[in-house]
Amino acid sequence: MLSEQEKTEIAAHSQHYPTARALCVEALKIVQRHRGWVSDESIADVAEALQMTPVELEGVATFYNMIFRKPVGRHVILLCDSVSCWIMGCEQLREHLHARLGIGLGETTVDGRFTLLPNVCLGACDHAPAMMIDNAHYQDLDPASVDEILAKYPKYPQEEKKEKKEPANGNTADP
Amino acid sequence: METPLTHNISPGKEPPDLAQYEKAGGYAALRKALRMGPGEVMADIKASNLRGRGGAGFPTAQKWSFVPMGDDAPHPKYLICNADEMEPGTFKDRLLLEGDPHQLIEGMIVSAYAVQADIGYIFLRWAYKLAAERLEQAIAEAYRHGYLGRNILGSEYSLQMHLHVSAGRYMCGEETALLNALEGKRANPRAKPPYPQVSGLWGKPTVVNNVETLCNVPHIVNHGAAWFKGLSRGDDSGTKLYGVSGRVKKPGLWELPMGTPIREILEEHGGGMRDGYRFRGLLPGGASTNFLVTDHLDVAMDFDSMQAAGSRLGTGTMIVLDDKTCPVGMLRNLEHFFAQESCGWCTPCWSGLSWVEQILQGLEEGQGQPSDLEQLRSHTRLLGPGHTFCALAPGAAEPLESGLRYFRDDFERHIREKRCPWR
Repeated sequence: MLSEQEKTEIAAHSQHYPTARALCVEALKIVQRHRGWVSDESIADVAEALQMTPVELEGVATFYNMIFRKPVGRHVILLCDSVSCWIMGCEQLREHLHARLGIGLGETTVDGRFTLLPNVCLGACDHAPAMMIDNAHYQDLDPASVDEILAKYPKYPQEEKKEKKEPANGNTADP
Repeated sequence: METPLTHNISPGKEPPDLAQYEKAGGYAALRKALRMGPGEVMADIKASNLRGRGGAGFPTAQKWSFVPMGDDAPHPKYLICNADEMEPGTFKDRLLLEGDPHQLIEGMIVSAYAVQADIGYIFLRWAYKLAAERLEQAIAEAYRHGYLGRNILGSEYSLQMHLHVSAGRYMCGEETALLNALEGKRANPRAKPPYPQVSGLWGKPTVVNNVETLCNVPHIVNHGAAWFKGLSRGDDSGTKLYGVSGRVKKPGLWELPMGTPIREILEEHGGGMRDGYRFRGLLPGGASTNFLVTDHLDVAMDFDSMQAAGSRLGTGTMIVLDDKTCPVGMLRNLEHFFAQESCGWCTPCWSGLSWVEQILQGLEEGQGQPSDLEQLRSHTRLLGPGHTFCALAPGAAEPLESGLRYFRDDFERHIREKRCPWR
């Protein structure tokens, strides 16, 4: 079942599209924001709410790399591996992250703190190499600056801030 | 030198809010357009010779001209801003989205008015968080002040505008795949015809334009086609956002006259190569454009000159290859991207690109065979235009085809020495 909060957030976007189905990407992102990832159960919940079959929704969910169909850590590192960042040393950063965190691409640290994923061009090519952690962009990286950035993220779950920042809700309606 | 697109933009600072944008002359083009009528706006854009800044360079007015007009036209009609910037090496639309959101919104309203669209969508890539926040704010401001919604500025014209934030995948930037994505389907491309202008989003007339293209529209309406043509240094009109990334002294992004030569962008603006690095080549407009080399440095960066030189202007953001970077490794990186981002719909693309990637990886790991070069060359033909459902694989074939020509010695060294000489 979708929570009341999830239903409210999804409904805030319903005026933007003429069909329920068109809401599905937004709905998947909302559910993922609340639940951390999109489980089979979440697929069933969203599909029911939007009058889609779970299989139809699964086809959409698995298409997008930012819809996580497997659990991820508390923070997701998205390391840009496109051409400008490759020239400027993203592979060295990947090796450094592996040495620091003990994880390769697609893996999560044993303490659940970080998941490391590759990402296509983040649009920071003049400040390569670049990465994102959750919603934050980082650029002009080297191993030392990566270490400083990682240190900003809480080591233990109990240190995480309670409320994660929610993005603004859709467009304003036609006044 | 005039820089209409970036005039209001100070990187690192807050973008102009509505009042500041108006004070700088903002929304004057919309008022003027509403007095002119859609036909005259269309005529102005046609006379300006504005060509699409998303990479293909299709004349904007011609694209609009296929939209059914008049009382019998199907409604709602849609205008979509393609802000799914994800071409590797490309970081130009981000500046416009973050730096001056009202410029884009005004460009969309004026363009939507020209084709008499009822609903506008901004299709924004997931990673551009700041752009999403600022566009939301700007759209809300525009609604509050009567620039969006019913009877815009007291006219008969009405337009709704919505921000759609996607969830990744390069494929969504292909205009018909984008339509499927907006409808909540897998973002596979659609067969053309029918073209989106006739049967697009939910089967209704739809125009899809790039961010930079739309941002030019208010300036053309304000100052006229002759002024716009006068901005450039060649046959193509206007200014262009040019970018440089790679091992140059000052990588960056600049608004310059359309037709500025490569050398000037690279050396005067990009500061030339970093000390200790030599220039070997570049991709002039993102990952899916052909390599150019030293012989081409004096070519003008406009659509026709780039084509004559054997490449494409693409997005106008160039990626520089230096002598300490392996060209085979660079191609492996590029083809990995295209293989990964293939939507899987047609076999030549998903199968061919994976094979290309595997061959390049083999070369990098010292397992290259002399026959590999012919295999790669045949793929550049078989993945080219006419063999696949959309332009993704032909785009992937471009740097590969020219890379094989310009860096043949490097490929042969990999095979001969059974290793990557750069490692």
